[in-house]
Amino acid sequence: MSYQFDFSFLYDYWPDLLAGMRLTIGLSVLSILFGFIFGSACAIARVHGGKTLRTIVGCYVDLVRNTPLVVQAFWLFFGMASMGLKIGAFWAAIITLVINVGAYTTEIIRAGLESIPRGQKEAADCLALRRWQVILYIELPQAVERVYPALVSQFILMMLATSIMSQISVEELTGAAYGIQSMTFRGFEVYVVVAVIYLVLSWLTRTMFEVIARIAFTRRRLRTPL
Amino acid sequence: MTFAGLTPNQLLFILQGAGWTVILSLLGFVGGSVIGLPAAVGRISKNRLLRFGIAGYINLIQGIPLPIIMFLCYFGMSIAGFSVPALVAAAVAMTAYCSAYLAEIWRGALMSVPKAQWEAAECLALKPFQRLTHVILPQAVRISIAPTVGFLVQIVKNSSYAVVIGFAELTYTARLLNNSTFRPFVIFSIAALLYFAICYPLSLYSRRLERRLKRG
Repeated sequence: MSYQFDFSFLYDYWPDLLAGMRLTIGLSVLSILFGFIFGSACAIARVHGGKTLRTIVGCYVDLVRNTPLVVQAFWLFFGMASMGLKIGAFWAAIITLVINVGAYTTEIIRAGLESIPRGQKEAADCLALRRWQVILYIELPQAVERVYPALVSQFILMMLATSIMSQISVEELTGAAYGIQSMTFRGFEVYVVVAVIYLVLSWLTRTMFEVIARIAFTRRRLRTPL
Repeated sequence: MTFAGLTPNQLLFILQGAGWTVILSLLGFVGGSVIGLPAAVGRISKNRLLRFGIAGYINLIQGIPLPIIMFLCYFGMSIAGFSVPALVAAAVAMTAYCSAYLAEIWRGALMSVPKAQWEAAECLALKPFQRLTHVILPQAVRISIAPTVGFLVQIVKNSSYAVVIGFAELTYTARLLNNSTFRPFVIFSIAALLYFAICYPLSLYSRRLERRLKRG
């Protein structure tokens, strides 16, 4: 093979990759945070809400989980622009990601909420806690602890999925790579470097959630794997 | 004659894209199965090196975004001296992606077959390969159908990432149409509807299989 590998672009374009990385991390952190809050709220609505609310949340979950993220992003980004609403690519990306990861989070936490033994709720009632206190202090923490591994996997997938946001002109890591590739014509090498960066980011995300688990779930009454 | 502001030709174009999405998904699933099944079996083998090697491959694929895998296949194959159409690059990327996830799903199914089944098969003097194909696999298949159908939904949705290398599947054709007509809500709603029409029946079927399996 006559092809010579050349990674010298790293020297000139490293700042671009760093900026892309920063944007990828920003997108991931914001969408995981708000997606978790939104998903938890939807899961509670899906389990405890009235019939109409349950149906609406169910439709939302099914609709989002059965269409691709890219199409959702295009629909929102290009659609908003055509209506004259200019919210900017970054915020369009955040909104899409929150809606998307929110739907998956809803399903995961709902499964956790439904698996809580009745005795827990009855005991909470005996302590004269209000309904919202039971949900917020008894049910939600236990549900999250139970489904924590599934949640973490979903959040890592979410972090990786931010790579598609370059398609709506958010210059995150993949977008930065595309820019460098089109200037240096070193496509393969650029994407090898970016792949390694994503691997490191996945590992960092996993480690971070392990640390969070250690801080958040100190009593480990459930003994479910984290 | 127009439908929602689109001409019949434009609608046909988007349907063609949906056809390519189905083809790409099938290629990914078939290729992913061909690599994923041996990988799943290797993952539970006694050979430590094999086990760790395959685990490394799976972690590698699962830690890189699919669009990046698409790019790597696209550029990698062209510097290896093959000038390949986007379909081939996309199919290879989907194969790599699907194989990693299918291997994990099927490993779980293989491991959930009770150990006594292996021992019983050994008592019947079956060879290791016979134990696997005649006793363990048939039982594992039953367990794995529901999550596999569920994963088909992921395959169809994630085939949309082929948009990054310009393969003319549903998402890419929708985007091209939007560039020429500028009716994003109509076009991407149609695209989303087509994806939904493919994915939702699969989701429902997977859910039903799961319930049936739980009842036993």
